[in-house]
Amino acid sequence: MSNREWPLWEVFIRSKQGLNHKHVGSLRAPDATLALENARDVYTRRSEGISIWVVESNYVHASDPSDADSLFEPSDTKVYRHPTFYEVPDGIKHM
Amino acid sequence: MKTMDLQELEKRFQEKIDKEIKIEPNDWMPDEYRKTLIRQISQHAHSEIVGMLPEGNWITRAPNLRRKAVLLAKVQDEAGHGLYLYSSVETLGADREATIDDLHSGKAKYSSIFNYPAVTWADIGTIGWLVDGAAIMNQVALCRCSYGPYARGMVKICKEESFHQRQGFESLVTLCNGTPTQKAMAQDAMNRFWWPALMMFGPSDDESPNSAQSMKWKIKRFSNDELRQSFVDATVPQAEILGLTIPDPNLKWNEETGHYDFSPINWDEFWQVVNGNGPCNKERIEARTKAKEEGMWVREAAMAYAEKRALKKTA
Repeated sequence: MSNREWPLWEVFIRSKQGLNHKHVGSLRAPDATLALENARDVYTRRSEGISIWVVESNYVHASDPSDADSLFEPSDTKVYRHPTFYEVPDGIKHM
Repeated sequence: MKTMDLQELEKRFQEKIDKEIKIEPNDWMPDEYRKTLIRQISQHAHSEIVGMLPEGNWITRAPNLRRKAVLLAKVQDEAGHGLYLYSSVETLGADREATIDDLHSGKAKYSSIFNYPAVTWADIGTIGWLVDGAAIMNQVALCRCSYGPYARGMVKICKEESFHQRQGFESLVTLCNGTPTQKAMAQDAMNRFWWPALMMFGPSDDESPNSAQSMKWKIKRFSNDELRQSFVDATVPQAEILGLTIPDPNLKWNEETGHYDFSPINWDEFWQVVNGNGPCNKERIEARTKAKEEGMWVREAAMAYAEKRALKKTA
């Protein structure tokens, strides 16, 4: 029996025109062509999509969850980046 | 110092669980949480895959084209569900093929219900109605599991499974409104599948030692007995509509508890089947092992072809 497993692929589906591709899961396939075909069978049996991306999982680099504070905290403290931070006098319209 | 760190990590982990924050693949988790999930999700995956066997047996013998198309779609869904689950078990760092080899060696279990044979066409309707019905009861609760990839897989699976139960019930409505022979066939299927379906929820709460920890980690949200009771309460009125008799002389509505009372389950039978002595255990594992071994050349050929093409591209 072969010890070489098929590589793992991450699957992204565009559910309809105008929306972005969204991660739906993963699967194993020997190459990109078969990964796309398998993704069609596994993840779109009920018209879930009109377009599929597959990316070999090896090529996905993820941030470390333990770095989440240092990565994302700086933006939490910058409330002035949101329009609701600013007071607008009564009677002002279209702003 | 090291143990302090671990205690602190475990404390933070439990706080996240208590706050209903989902755990994702790269997050820190206790080893035991990871192990419990690998065992549960892989066994769930195996159940989907082995579950194709009793039904697949009837695809070529479905009574008409409509039923055949439906059964094909259902069996194809089960394959898909198995694949969603194997991919979610891989997010925990488990090796997919190793979990499958554990199934073939008998180390890993799968739902004991699939060790019962589907001997008549009425069994197919009954499996959809009772077996998928019981599975849905379990899986709806798992949609709120604390482990993100498992919970998301369950949401997708539950959406797809509701057709499985309905098609089974519809098929039984047809048989129960048919000739006396057809009705008797439906009753016979009911007689054989009722108790195994109740056993699908697993041992009683007092015999289920890992349940408390799973509840604390919110892998499970309801106990085995609670889910079993919900299933009985939901199913009895459906049997009445079909005009089928549930094979339990002690089944009756209890005004006080607001639930149906039912006879004790034959746990000897349950453990016999779990431990490999059910009517079809051997046949099921043989079929799965044969599929892997005899299909291996296809996997190898596909890999060799992919490698050859990759070489050509770089040349």
